[in-house]
Amino acid sequence: MNNILDIRNISLNYRNKIILSDVSCEVKRGEFFVIIGPNGAGKTSLLKILAGLQKAQQGSVLIKGKNISAYTRRSLSKTMAIVPQQIEIGFPFSVTETVIMGRTPHLGILGMESEKDFAIAQEAMAFTEVTHLAERKLFQLSGGELQRVIIARAICQQPDIILLDEPTTALDPAHQLKIMDLMEKFRREHGTTIIMVSHDLNLASMYSDRLLLLKEGRVVKTGTPKTVLHKKLLEESYGCEMEIDESPLGQVARVTPVPDKYKPL
Amino acid sequence: MNMPIGRKILLTSLLLSIVLMVSSILAISAGSSGLHFWETLAILAGKGEPDSATATIIWQIRLPRVILAASVGGTLALGGLVFQALLRNPLAEPYILGISGGSAIGAIMAMLIGLSYFPGVAIFSFTGSLLVLGFVTLLAGSTLGNTMLGRDSLLLGGVMMNAFCAAVIMFLISMTRSFQVQHILYWLMGDLSALQKGQLPILLLVLPCFAVIYVLARPMNLLLLGRETASAMGINVKNTVLLLLVITSLMVSVIVSLSGLIGFVGLVIPHIFRLILGPDHRLLVPSCILGGASYMIFCDLLARVLPSSGEMPVGIITALIGAPLFIILLLRRNT
Repeated sequence: MNNILDIRNISLNYRNKIILSDVSCEVKRGEFFVIIGPNGAGKTSLLKILAGLQKAQQGSVLIKGKNISAYTRRSLSKTMAIVPQQIEIGFPFSVTETVIMGRTPHLGILGMESEKDFAIAQEAMAFTEVTHLAERKLFQLSGGELQRVIIARAICQQPDIILLDEPTTALDPAHQLKIMDLMEKFRREHGTTIIMVSHDLNLASMYSDRLLLLKEGRVVKTGTPKTVLHKKLLEESYGCEMEIDESPLGQVARVTPVPDKYKPL
Repeated sequence: MNMPIGRKILLTSLLLSIVLMVSSILAISAGSSGLHFWETLAILAGKGEPDSATATIIWQIRLPRVILAASVGGTLALGGLVFQALLRNPLAEPYILGISGGSAIGAIMAMLIGLSYFPGVAIFSFTGSLLVLGFVTLLAGSTLGNTMLGRDSLLLGGVMMNAFCAAVIMFLISMTRSFQVQHILYWLMGDLSALQKGQLPILLLVLPCFAVIYVLARPMNLLLLGRETASAMGINVKNTVLLLLVITSLMVSVIVSLSGLIGFVGLVIPHIFRLILGPDHRLLVPSCILGGASYMIFCDLLARVLPSSGEMPVGIITALIGAPLFIILLLRRNT
Protein backbone atom coordinates (compact mmCIF):
# COMPACT_ATOMS: atom_id res chain seq x y z
CA MET A 1 0.00 0.00 0.00
CA ASN A 2 1.34 3.33 -1.07
CA ASN A 3 -0.75 5.71 1.05
CA ILE A 4 0.68 6.63 4.42
CA LEU A 5 -2.48 8.56 5.27
CA ASP A 6 -6.09 7.94 4.28
CA ILE A 7 -8.65 10.50 5.31
CA ARG A 8 -12.19 9.28 4.76
CA ASN A 9 -15.32 11.44 4.94
CA ILE A 10 -14.28 13.51 7.93
CA SER A 11 -16.80 15.91 9.48
CA LEU A 12 -16.44 18.18 12.47
CA ASN A 13 -19.01 20.57 13.93
CA TYR A 14 -18.66 22.93 16.82
CA ARG A 15 -21.75 24.59 18.30
CA ASN A 16 -23.77 23.98 15.15
CA LYS A 17 -21.06 25.52 13.01
CA ILE A 18 -19.59 23.30 10.34
CA ILE A 19 -15.80 23.22 10.68
CA LEU A 20 -15.14 20.31 8.31
CA SER A 21 -17.63 18.56 6.09
CA ASP A 22 -17.04 15.24 4.37
CA VAL A 23 -13.33 15.78 3.78
CA SER A 24 -11.54 12.91 2.07
CA CYS A 25 -8.05 12.66 0.66
CA GLU A 26 -4.98 10.52 0.76
CA VAL A 27 -1.33 11.31 1.17
CA LYS A 28 1.36 9.12 -0.35
CA ARG A 29 4.46 8.01 1.47
CA GLY A 30 7.23 10.57 1.09
CA GLU A 31 4.97 13.19 -0.42
CA PHE A 32 5.24 16.96 0.16
CA PHE A 33 1.57 17.75 0.73
CA VAL A 34 0.31 21.28 1.33
CA ILE A 35 -3.14 22.27 2.60
CA ILE A 36 -4.27 25.72 1.46
CA GLY A 37 -7.45 27.73 1.81
CA PRO A 38 -8.74 31.01 3.22
CA ASN A 39 -8.85 31.83 6.94
CA GLY A 40 -11.46 29.75 8.74
CA ALA A 41 -11.52 27.08 6.01
CA GLY A 42 -10.69 24.38 8.58
CA LYS A 43 -7.02 23.82 7.70
CA THR A 44 -5.72 23.82 11.26
CA SER A 45 -8.65 21.69 12.46
CA LEU A 46 -7.87 19.14 9.77
CA LEU A 47 -4.21 19.12 10.82
CA LYS A 48 -5.21 18.60 14.45
CA ILE A 49 -7.43 15.68 13.50
CA LEU A 50 -4.55 14.14 11.56
CA ALA A 51 -2.30 14.58 14.59
CA GLY A 52 -4.90 12.94 16.85
CA LEU A 53 -5.23 16.11 18.92
CA GLN A 54 -8.88 16.42 18.04
CA LYS A 55 -11.50 13.81 17.19
CA ALA A 56 -13.65 14.06 14.13
CA GLN A 57 -17.35 13.44 14.74
CA GLN A 58 -17.65 11.42 11.57
CA GLY A 59 -15.27 9.66 9.27
CA SER A 60 -11.95 8.01 9.88
CA VAL A 61 -8.25 8.62 9.58
CA LEU A 62 -6.00 5.71 8.64
CA ILE A 63 -2.30 6.03 9.29
CA LYS A 64 -0.22 3.36 7.62
CA GLY A 65 -3.45 1.48 7.06
CA LYS A 66 -4.41 1.48 10.76
CA ASN A 67 -7.18 3.57 12.28
CA ILE A 68 -5.84 6.50 14.29
CA SER A 69 -7.99 5.55 17.28
CA ALA A 70 -6.14 2.23 17.49
CA TYR A 71 -2.87 4.05 18.21
CA THR A 72 -1.80 4.95 21.74
CA ARG A 73 -0.68 8.54 22.22
CA ARG A 74 2.85 7.25 22.49
CA SER A 75 2.91 5.12 19.37
CA LEU A 76 1.21 7.90 17.42
CA SER A 77 3.97 10.28 18.50
CA LYS A 78 6.59 7.90 17.14
CA THR A 79 4.79 7.99 13.80
CA MET A 80 3.95 11.65 13.58
CA ALA A 81 5.45 14.92 14.79
CA ILE A 82 3.78 18.33 14.68
CA VAL A 83 5.29 21.79 14.40
CA PRO A 84 2.54 23.98 15.86
CA GLN A 85 1.61 27.48 14.85
CA GLN A 86 2.12 28.94 18.30
CA ILE A 87 5.09 28.01 20.42
CA GLU A 88 5.18 28.43 24.18
CA ILE A 89 8.44 30.12 25.17
CA GLY A 90 7.44 31.34 28.63
CA PHE A 91 9.55 28.78 30.50
CA PRO A 92 13.31 29.16 30.18
CA PHE A 93 14.20 25.84 28.57
CA SER A 94 17.39 25.89 26.51
CA VAL A 95 17.55 24.92 22.85
CA THR A 96 19.11 21.53 23.64
CA GLU A 97 16.53 20.81 26.35
CA THR A 98 13.75 21.69 23.92
CA VAL A 99 15.06 19.60 21.05
CA ILE A 100 15.63 16.52 23.19
CA MET A 101 12.02 16.68 24.40
CA GLY A 102 11.26 15.20 21.01
CA ARG A 103 12.72 11.94 22.31
CA THR A 104 9.82 11.63 24.80
CA PRO A 105 7.89 8.85 23.02
CA HIS A 106 11.09 6.78 22.84
CA LEU A 107 12.10 7.02 26.51
CA GLY A 108 11.58 4.66 29.46
CA ILE A 109 9.45 5.31 32.56
CA LEU A 110 11.89 7.59 34.39
CA GLY A 111 12.36 9.67 31.27
CA MET A 112 16.14 9.73 31.34
CA GLU A 113 17.83 10.25 27.98
CA SER A 114 20.71 8.02 26.92
CA GLU A 115 23.84 8.93 24.97
CA LYS A 116 22.02 7.75 21.87
CA ASP A 117 19.18 10.19 22.48
CA PHE A 118 21.69 13.01 22.83
CA ALA A 119 23.38 11.96 19.60
CA ILE A 120 20.02 12.02 17.78
CA ALA A 121 19.30 15.50 19.18
CA GLN A 122 22.76 16.72 18.13
CA GLU A 123 22.19 15.42 14.63
CA ALA A 124 18.76 17.08 14.40
CA MET A 125 20.23 20.39 15.60
CA ALA A 126 23.05 20.15 13.09
CA PHE A 127 20.54 19.47 10.32
CA THR A 128 18.45 22.57 11.09
CA GLU A 129 21.63 24.59 11.77
CA VAL A 130 20.93 25.52 15.39
CA THR A 131 23.93 23.81 16.98
CA HIS A 132 25.59 27.15 17.77
CA LEU A 133 22.46 28.15 19.75
CA ALA A 134 22.47 25.03 21.94
CA GLU A 135 22.74 26.82 25.30
CA ARG A 136 20.45 29.75 24.49
CA LYS A 137 17.01 30.05 26.03
CA LEU A 138 14.03 29.93 23.68
CA PHE A 139 12.97 33.50 24.42
CA GLN A 140 16.38 34.73 23.27
CA LEU A 141 15.87 33.43 19.73
CA SER A 142 14.64 35.18 16.59
CA GLY A 143 11.53 33.88 14.83
CA GLY A 144 13.50 31.95 12.24
CA GLU A 145 15.81 30.40 14.82
CA LEU A 146 12.89 29.37 17.03
CA GLN A 147 11.13 27.73 14.10
CA ARG A 148 14.28 25.74 13.25
CA VAL A 149 14.57 24.62 16.88
CA ILE A 150 10.99 23.36 16.86
CA ILE A 151 11.62 21.57 13.56
CA ALA A 152 14.70 19.95 15.11
CA ARG A 153 12.48 18.76 17.96
CA ALA A 154 10.05 17.24 15.46
CA ILE A 155 12.93 15.53 13.62
CA CYS A 156 14.15 14.18 16.97
CA GLN A 157 10.89 12.22 17.27
CA GLN A 158 12.02 10.25 14.20
CA PRO A 159 8.52 10.25 12.75
CA ASP A 160 7.27 8.98 9.40
CA ILE A 161 5.18 12.11 8.98
CA ILE A 162 5.89 15.72 9.97
CA LEU A 163 2.92 18.10 10.18
CA LEU A 164 3.61 21.83 10.05
CA ASP A 165 1.05 24.55 10.73
CA GLU A 166 1.97 27.72 8.83
CA PRO A 167 5.67 27.48 9.64
CA THR A 168 6.69 30.42 7.47
CA THR A 169 3.99 32.97 8.30
CA ALA A 170 6.02 35.34 10.47
CA LEU A 171 9.32 35.04 8.60
CA ASP A 172 11.16 37.12 6.02
CA PRO A 173 11.61 35.63 2.51
CA ALA A 174 15.11 34.28 3.16
CA HIS A 175 14.00 32.50 6.34
CA GLN A 176 10.87 31.23 4.60
CA LEU A 177 13.00 29.59 1.93
CA LYS A 178 15.37 28.26 4.59
CA ILE A 179 12.53 26.46 6.38
CA MET A 180 11.04 25.12 3.16
CA ASP A 181 14.45 24.00 1.85
CA LEU A 182 15.15 22.22 5.13
CA MET A 183 11.88 20.32 4.95
CA GLU A 184 12.45 19.43 1.30
CA LYS A 185 15.99 18.24 2.01
CA PHE A 186 14.88 16.19 5.01
CA ARG A 187 12.16 14.55 2.95
CA ARG A 188 14.62 13.72 0.16
CA GLU A 189 17.16 12.23 2.55
CA HIS A 190 14.81 10.32 4.85
CA GLY A 191 11.69 9.70 2.80
CA THR A 192 9.61 11.43 5.49
CA THR A 193 6.14 12.60 4.49
CA ILE A 194 5.64 16.35 4.91
CA ILE A 195 2.16 17.78 5.42
CA MET A 196 1.98 21.53 5.74
CA VAL A 197 -0.72 24.14 6.17
CA SER A 198 0.22 27.33 4.36
CA HIS A 199 -1.14 30.70 3.37
CA ASP A 200 1.68 31.26 0.94
CA LEU A 201 0.39 30.05 -2.39
CA ASN A 202 3.70 30.64 -4.15
CA LEU A 203 5.70 28.61 -1.65
CA ALA A 204 3.03 25.92 -1.94
CA SER A 205 3.36 26.04 -5.70
CA MET A 206 7.15 25.76 -5.65
CA TYR A 207 7.58 23.02 -3.05
CA SER A 208 4.50 20.79 -2.95
CA ASP A 209 3.87 17.58 -4.86
CA ARG A 210 0.16 17.93 -4.34
CA LEU A 211 -2.18 20.52 -2.88
CA LEU A 212 -5.47 20.30 -1.02
CA LEU A 213 -7.65 23.40 -1.37
CA LEU A 214 -10.24 23.81 1.41
CA LYS A 215 -13.08 26.26 1.60
CA GLU A 216 -15.63 26.47 4.41
CA GLY A 217 -14.70 23.02 5.58
CA ARG A 218 -15.09 21.33 2.21
CA VAL A 219 -12.55 20.06 -0.27
CA VAL A 220 -12.58 22.27 -3.36
CA LYS A 221 -9.87 20.34 -5.18
CA THR A 222 -6.93 18.03 -4.60
CA GLY A 223 -4.13 17.61 -7.10
CA THR A 224 -0.81 18.88 -8.41
CA PRO A 225 -0.07 22.59 -7.96
CA LYS A 226 -0.73 23.16 -11.67
CA THR A 227 -4.28 21.82 -11.42
CA VAL A 228 -5.25 23.33 -8.07
CA LEU A 229 -3.71 26.77 -8.57
CA HIS A 230 -6.33 27.61 -11.11
CA LYS A 231 -7.65 31.14 -11.49
CA LYS A 232 -11.34 30.30 -11.16
CA LEU A 233 -10.90 27.95 -8.22
CA LEU A 234 -8.70 30.34 -6.26
CA GLU A 235 -10.89 33.36 -6.91
CA GLU A 236 -13.98 31.50 -5.77
CA SER A 237 -12.26 30.12 -2.68
CA TYR A 238 -10.43 33.21 -1.50
CA GLY A 239 -12.93 35.74 -2.75
CA CYS A 240 -10.44 38.02 -4.46
CA GLU A 241 -9.15 38.43 -7.95
CA MET A 242 -6.05 36.42 -8.82
CA GLU A 243 -3.71 36.37 -11.79
CA ILE A 244 -1.86 33.17 -12.50
CA ASP A 245 1.08 32.85 -14.83
CA GLU A 246 4.28 30.89 -15.11
CA SER A 247 6.99 31.79 -12.62
CA PRO A 248 10.27 33.09 -14.09
CA LEU A 249 11.77 29.95 -12.52
CA GLY A 250 9.83 27.97 -15.12
CA GLN A 251 7.63 24.89 -14.62
CA VAL A 252 5.76 26.36 -11.63
CA ALA A 253 2.66 28.50 -11.39
CA ARG A 254 2.92 31.96 -9.89
CA VAL A 255 -0.10 33.44 -8.13
CA THR A 256 -0.59 37.19 -7.89
CA PRO A 257 -3.57 38.51 -5.90
CA VAL A 258 -4.83 41.63 -7.64
CA PRO A 259 -5.32 44.77 -5.51
CA ASP A 260 -8.18 47.13 -6.33
CA LYS A 261 -5.93 49.86 -7.72
CA TYR A 262 -4.66 47.52 -10.45
CA LYS A 263 -8.10 46.38 -11.53
CA PRO A 264 -9.42 47.81 -14.82
CA LEU A 265 -12.26 50.26 -14.25
CA MET B 1 27.78 24.27 32.83
CA ASN B 2 26.65 21.28 30.86
CA MET B 3 26.46 18.28 33.16
CA PRO B 4 24.34 15.26 32.22
CA ILE B 5 20.97 15.57 33.89
CA GLY B 6 21.38 12.37 35.90
CA ARG B 7 24.55 13.57 37.58
CA LYS B 8 23.02 17.01 38.15
CA ILE B 9 20.05 15.43 39.97
CA LEU B 10 22.31 13.29 42.16
CA LEU B 11 24.61 16.13 43.05
CA THR B 12 21.81 18.57 43.89
CA SER B 13 19.94 15.97 45.93
CA LEU B 14 23.08 15.05 47.84
CA LEU B 15 23.82 18.67 48.64
CA LEU B 16 20.26 19.38 49.76
CA SER B 17 20.19 16.18 51.84
CA ILE B 18 23.20 17.47 53.76
CA VAL B 19 21.42 20.78 54.31
CA LEU B 20 18.37 18.86 55.53
CA MET B 21 20.45 16.76 57.95
CA VAL B 22 22.22 19.76 59.41
CA SER B 23 19.06 21.81 59.84
CA SER B 24 17.28 18.82 61.43
CA ILE B 25 20.03 18.27 64.01
CA LEU B 26 20.17 21.99 64.67
CA ALA B 27 16.41 22.13 65.23
CA ILE B 28 16.46 19.07 67.46
CA SER B 29 19.23 20.46 69.62
CA ALA B 30 17.75 23.91 70.06
CA GLY B 31 15.09 24.65 72.62
CA SER B 32 14.13 26.86 75.53
CA SER B 33 17.13 25.58 77.47
CA GLY B 34 19.59 26.67 74.78
CA LEU B 35 21.54 24.82 72.13
CA HIS B 36 23.18 21.47 72.87
CA PHE B 37 24.52 20.37 69.53
CA TRP B 38 27.03 17.66 70.52
CA GLU B 39 24.91 16.29 73.32
CA THR B 40 22.02 15.93 70.88
CA LEU B 41 24.23 14.15 68.36
CA ALA B 42 25.30 11.71 71.06
CA ILE B 43 21.69 11.00 72.09
CA LEU B 44 20.58 10.55 68.49
CA ALA B 45 23.50 8.18 67.94
CA GLY B 46 22.21 6.06 70.84
CA LYS B 47 24.91 7.09 73.30
CA GLY B 48 24.35 9.00 76.53
CA GLU B 49 21.70 8.24 79.12
CA PRO B 50 18.47 7.14 77.42
CA ASP B 51 16.31 8.09 80.40
CA SER B 52 17.57 11.63 80.96
CA ALA B 53 15.15 14.53 80.63
CA THR B 54 17.00 15.82 77.56
CA ALA B 55 16.73 12.44 75.85
CA THR B 56 12.99 12.29 76.53
CA ILE B 57 12.47 15.78 75.15
CA ILE B 58 14.45 14.92 72.06
CA TRP B 59 12.77 11.60 71.30
CA GLN B 60 9.23 12.47 72.39
CA ILE B 61 8.90 16.11 71.39
CA ARG B 62 11.54 17.62 69.18
CA LEU B 63 12.25 14.77 66.77
CA PRO B 64 8.55 14.17 65.95
CA ARG B 65 8.14 17.89 65.47
CA VAL B 66 11.09 18.11 63.11
CA ILE B 67 9.74 15.16 61.13
CA LEU B 68 6.37 16.89 60.89
CA ALA B 69 7.97 20.17 59.82
CA ALA B 70 10.02 18.36 57.17
CA SER B 71 6.97 16.53 55.80
CA VAL B 72 4.91 19.71 55.74
CA GLY B 73 7.64 21.72 54.02
CA GLY B 74 8.49 19.05 51.46
CA THR B 75 4.85 18.32 50.63
CA LEU B 76 3.74 21.93 50.31
CA ALA B 77 6.76 22.92 48.20
CA LEU B 78 6.24 19.95 45.91
CA GLY B 79 2.51 20.66 45.77
CA GLY B 80 3.19 24.22 44.70
CA LEU B 81 5.62 23.05 42.05
CA VAL B 82 3.09 20.63 40.58
CA PHE B 83 0.24 23.13 40.54
CA GLN B 84 2.40 25.82 38.96
CA ALA B 85 3.20 23.38 36.16
CA LEU B 86 -0.32 21.98 35.77
CA LEU B 87 -2.00 25.36 35.68
CA ARG B 88 0.94 27.03 33.95
CA ASN B 89 0.53 29.88 36.36
CA PRO B 90 3.33 31.30 38.49
CA LEU B 91 0.91 32.34 41.22
CA ALA B 92 -0.37 28.82 41.76
CA GLU B 93 0.25 27.18 45.13
CA PRO B 94 -1.02 23.96 46.72
CA TYR B 95 -4.13 25.67 48.09
CA ILE B 96 -5.19 27.38 44.89
CA LEU B 97 -7.85 24.90 43.82
CA GLY B 98 -9.74 25.18 47.09
CA ILE B 99 -8.20 22.27 49.03
CA SER B 100 -7.42 24.70 51.83
CA GLY B 101 -10.93 26.11 51.93
CA GLY B 102 -12.51 22.67 52.15
CA SER B 103 -10.22 21.49 54.90
CA ALA B 104 -10.60 24.74 56.84
CA ILE B 105 -14.39 24.42 56.84
CA GLY B 106 -14.05 20.83 58.04
CA ALA B 107 -11.58 21.76 60.77
CA ILE B 108 -13.61 24.71 62.02
CA MET B 109 -16.80 22.66 62.19
CA ALA B 110 -14.96 20.01 64.18
CA MET B 111 -13.67 22.65 66.59
CA LEU B 112 -17.15 24.14 66.94
CA ILE B 113 -18.70 20.84 67.95
CA GLY B 114 -15.85 20.47 70.40
CA LEU B 115 -13.87 17.59 68.92
CA SER B 116 -10.26 17.05 69.92
CA TYR B 117 -7.39 18.10 67.67
CA PHE B 118 -6.71 14.50 66.80
CA PRO B 119 -8.40 12.57 65.38
CA GLY B 120 -11.56 14.74 65.24
CA VAL B 121 -10.32 17.93 63.63
CA ALA B 122 -7.91 16.06 61.36
CA ILE B 123 -10.59 13.73 60.02
CA PHE B 124 -13.11 16.53 59.48
CA SER B 125 -10.50 18.61 57.73
CA PHE B 126 -9.39 15.73 55.52
CA THR B 127 -13.01 15.02 54.60
CA GLY B 128 -13.56 18.66 53.73
CA SER B 129 -10.62 18.71 51.37
CA LEU B 130 -11.70 15.42 49.76
CA LEU B 131 -15.09 16.93 48.97
CA VAL B 132 -13.41 19.87 47.28
CA LEU B 133 -11.04 17.53 45.47
CA GLY B 134 -13.99 15.54 44.14
CA PHE B 135 -15.54 18.69 42.77
CA VAL B 136 -12.28 19.91 41.25
CA THR B 137 -11.63 16.52 39.65
CA LEU B 138 -15.05 16.56 38.01
CA LEU B 139 -14.34 20.06 36.76
CA ALA B 140 -10.92 19.04 35.46
CA GLY B 141 -12.35 15.98 33.74
CA SER B 142 -14.87 18.04 31.85
CA THR B 143 -12.53 20.91 30.96
CA LEU B 144 -9.67 18.65 29.85
CA GLY B 145 -11.86 16.70 27.46
CA ASN B 146 -12.82 19.89 25.70
CA THR B 147 -9.91 21.42 23.85
CA MET B 148 -11.98 24.41 22.90
CA LEU B 149 -12.30 25.56 26.52
CA GLY B 150 -9.71 28.02 27.75
CA ARG B 151 -6.78 26.60 29.64
CA ASP B 152 -7.62 28.70 32.69
CA SER B 153 -11.07 27.24 33.39
CA LEU B 154 -9.73 24.81 35.98
CA LEU B 155 -7.80 27.59 37.70
CA LEU B 156 -10.82 29.88 37.72
CA GLY B 157 -13.05 27.09 39.02
CA GLY B 158 -10.60 26.53 41.88
CA VAL B 159 -10.39 30.22 42.70
CA MET B 160 -14.20 30.40 42.85
CA MET B 161 -14.23 27.33 45.09
CA ASN B 162 -11.81 29.10 47.42
CA ALA B 163 -13.87 32.28 47.44
CA PHE B 164 -16.99 30.31 48.30
CA CYS B 165 -15.18 28.46 51.11
CA ALA B 166 -13.78 31.74 52.43
CA ALA B 167 -17.32 33.06 52.73
CA VAL B 168 -18.41 29.97 54.67
CA ILE B 169 -15.37 30.30 56.94
CA MET B 170 -16.17 33.95 57.66
CA PHE B 171 -19.74 32.98 58.40
CA LEU B 172 -18.65 30.23 60.81
CA ILE B 173 -16.22 32.55 62.57
CA SER B 174 -18.84 35.28 62.89
CA MET B 175 -21.11 32.79 64.65
CA THR B 176 -18.38 31.66 67.04
CA ARG B 177 -17.90 32.68 70.65
CA SER B 178 -14.70 34.58 71.21
CA PHE B 179 -12.67 32.01 73.16
CA GLN B 180 -12.90 29.59 70.25
CA VAL B 181 -11.86 32.16 67.69
CA GLN B 182 -8.24 32.02 68.75
CA HIS B 183 -8.12 28.25 68.23
CA ILE B 184 -9.56 28.70 64.76
CA LEU B 185 -7.16 31.51 63.89
CA TYR B 186 -4.19 29.42 65.01
CA TRP B 187 -5.35 26.56 62.84
CA LEU B 188 -5.81 28.90 59.87
CA MET B 189 -2.28 30.24 60.35
CA GLY B 190 -0.80 26.77 60.63
CA ASP B 191 0.42 25.10 63.76
CA LEU B 192 3.02 22.39 64.17
CA SER B 193 2.78 22.07 67.95
CA ALA B 194 -0.27 19.84 68.25
CA LEU B 195 1.18 16.66 66.79
CA GLN B 196 1.65 13.61 69.01
CA LYS B 197 4.36 11.04 68.38
CA GLY B 198 1.81 8.31 67.69
CA GLN B 199 0.45 10.21 64.70
CA LEU B 200 3.74 10.24 62.85
CA PRO B 201 3.09 7.09 60.77
CA ILE B 202 0.28 8.96 58.97
CA LEU B 203 2.99 11.10 57.42
CA LEU B 204 4.34 8.04 55.60
CA LEU B 205 1.35 8.41 53.26
CA VAL B 206 3.09 11.25 51.45
CA LEU B 207 6.07 9.10 50.39
CA PRO B 208 4.32 7.10 47.64
CA CYS B 209 2.91 10.41 46.38
CA PHE B 210 6.45 11.79 46.10
CA ALA B 211 7.44 8.71 44.07
CA VAL B 212 4.54 9.01 41.63
CA ILE B 213 5.21 12.70 41.11
CA TYR B 214 8.89 12.02 40.45
CA VAL B 215 7.98 9.55 37.73
CA LEU B 216 5.75 12.21 36.16
CA ALA B 217 8.48 14.88 36.31
CA ARG B 218 9.36 14.68 32.63
CA PRO B 219 5.73 14.74 31.44
CA MET B 220 5.37 17.87 33.60
CA ASN B 221 8.17 19.50 31.60
CA LEU B 222 6.16 18.86 28.46
CA LEU B 223 2.94 20.15 30.02
CA LEU B 224 4.69 23.50 30.40
CA LEU B 225 4.79 23.67 26.60
CA GLY B 226 1.02 23.39 26.40
CA ARG B 227 -1.39 20.49 26.32
CA GLU B 228 -1.38 20.03 22.58
CA THR B 229 2.39 20.00 22.32
CA ALA B 230 2.59 17.54 25.20
CA SER B 231 0.02 15.33 23.46
CA ALA B 232 1.86 15.53 20.20
CA MET B 233 4.97 14.24 21.93
CA GLY B 234 3.28 11.16 23.30
CA ILE B 235 1.94 12.26 26.69
CA ASN B 236 -1.57 11.16 27.63
CA VAL B 237 -2.43 14.63 28.88
CA LYS B 238 -5.79 13.95 30.46
CA ASN B 239 -4.61 10.99 32.53
CA THR B 240 -1.36 12.68 33.50
CA VAL B 241 -3.06 15.87 34.64
CA LEU B 242 -5.78 14.05 36.57
CA LEU B 243 -3.30 11.74 38.28
CA LEU B 244 -1.06 14.65 39.28
CA LEU B 245 -4.05 16.64 40.48
CA VAL B 246 -5.42 13.85 42.65
CA ILE B 247 -2.08 12.65 44.05
CA THR B 248 -0.91 16.15 44.89
CA SER B 249 -4.20 17.16 46.46
CA LEU B 250 -4.28 14.00 48.56
CA MET B 251 -0.84 14.51 50.03
CA VAL B 252 -1.54 18.19 50.68
CA SER B 253 -4.83 17.25 52.37
CA VAL B 254 -3.06 14.81 54.67
CA ILE B 255 -0.54 17.46 55.63
CA VAL B 256 -3.11 20.21 56.10
CA SER B 257 -5.28 18.02 58.30
CA LEU B 258 -2.32 17.62 60.68
CA SER B 259 -0.81 21.09 60.56
CA GLY B 260 -3.41 23.61 59.46
CA LEU B 261 -2.86 26.10 56.69
CA ILE B 262 0.81 27.00 56.55
CA GLY B 263 1.15 29.51 53.77
CA PHE B 264 3.82 30.69 51.40
CA VAL B 265 6.16 27.66 51.44
CA GLY B 266 4.28 26.18 48.51
CA LEU B 267 4.51 29.40 46.56
CA VAL B 268 8.04 30.56 47.13
CA ILE B 269 10.18 27.40 47.35
CA PRO B 270 9.41 26.20 43.80
CA HIS B 271 10.15 29.68 42.48
CA ILE B 272 13.46 29.91 44.31
CA PHE B 273 14.62 26.57 42.91
CA ARG B 274 13.35 27.41 39.44
CA LEU B 275 15.42 30.60 39.53
CA ILE B 276 18.52 28.69 40.58
CA LEU B 277 18.14 25.39 38.72
CA GLY B 278 16.00 26.18 35.68
CA PRO B 279 12.67 24.67 34.63
CA ASP B 280 13.48 20.93 34.46
CA HIS B 281 11.14 19.09 36.86
CA ARG B 282 13.37 16.03 37.10
CA LEU B 283 15.69 18.33 39.00
CA LEU B 284 13.01 20.45 40.68
CA VAL B 285 10.96 17.63 42.22
CA PRO B 286 13.70 16.25 44.50
CA SER B 287 15.01 19.77 45.16
CA CYS B 288 11.62 21.08 46.26
CA ILE B 289 11.04 18.10 48.57
CA LEU B 290 14.43 18.40 50.27
CA GLY B 291 14.66 22.18 50.15
CA GLY B 292 11.06 22.71 51.29
CA ALA B 293 11.67 20.34 54.20
CA SER B 294 14.85 22.15 55.26
CA TYR B 295 13.21 25.55 54.93
CA MET B 296 10.24 24.53 57.06
CA ILE B 297 12.47 23.04 59.76
CA PHE B 298 14.45 26.26 59.84
CA CYS B 299 11.34 28.46 60.01
CA ASP B 300 9.80 26.30 62.71
CA LEU B 301 13.03 26.57 64.70
CA LEU B 302 12.81 30.35 64.55
CA ALA B 303 9.12 30.26 65.47
CA ARG B 304 10.01 28.29 68.58
CA VAL B 305 13.11 30.18 69.77
CA LEU B 306 12.49 33.81 68.74
CA PRO B 307 9.63 34.72 71.12
CA SER B 308 10.76 35.04 74.74
CA SER B 309 7.81 32.93 75.85
CA GLY B 310 5.58 30.52 73.93
CA GLU B 311 5.90 30.40 70.17
CA MET B 312 4.52 32.20 67.15
CA PRO B 313 2.68 30.69 64.19
CA VAL B 314 5.26 29.35 61.77
CA GLY B 315 3.30 30.72 58.81
CA ILE B 316 4.43 34.20 59.82
CA ILE B 317 8.10 33.22 59.62
CA THR B 318 7.79 31.42 56.29
CA ALA B 319 6.52 34.56 54.61
CA LEU B 320 8.72 37.01 56.54
CA ILE B 321 11.87 35.26 55.32
CA GLY B 322 10.67 33.82 52.03
CA ALA B 323 9.31 36.99 50.43
CA PRO B 324 12.48 39.11 50.78
CA LEU B 325 14.67 36.13 49.87
CA PHE B 326 12.74 35.62 46.67
CA ILE B 327 12.88 39.31 45.74
CA ILE B 328 16.64 39.38 46.28
CA LEU B 329 17.08 36.36 44.02
CA LEU B 330 14.86 37.92 41.39
CA LEU B 331 16.82 41.18 41.40
CA ARG B 332 20.19 39.42 41.26
CA ARG B 333 18.91 37.33 38.35
CA ASN B 334 17.98 40.44 36.42
CA THR B 335 21.29 42.23 36.79
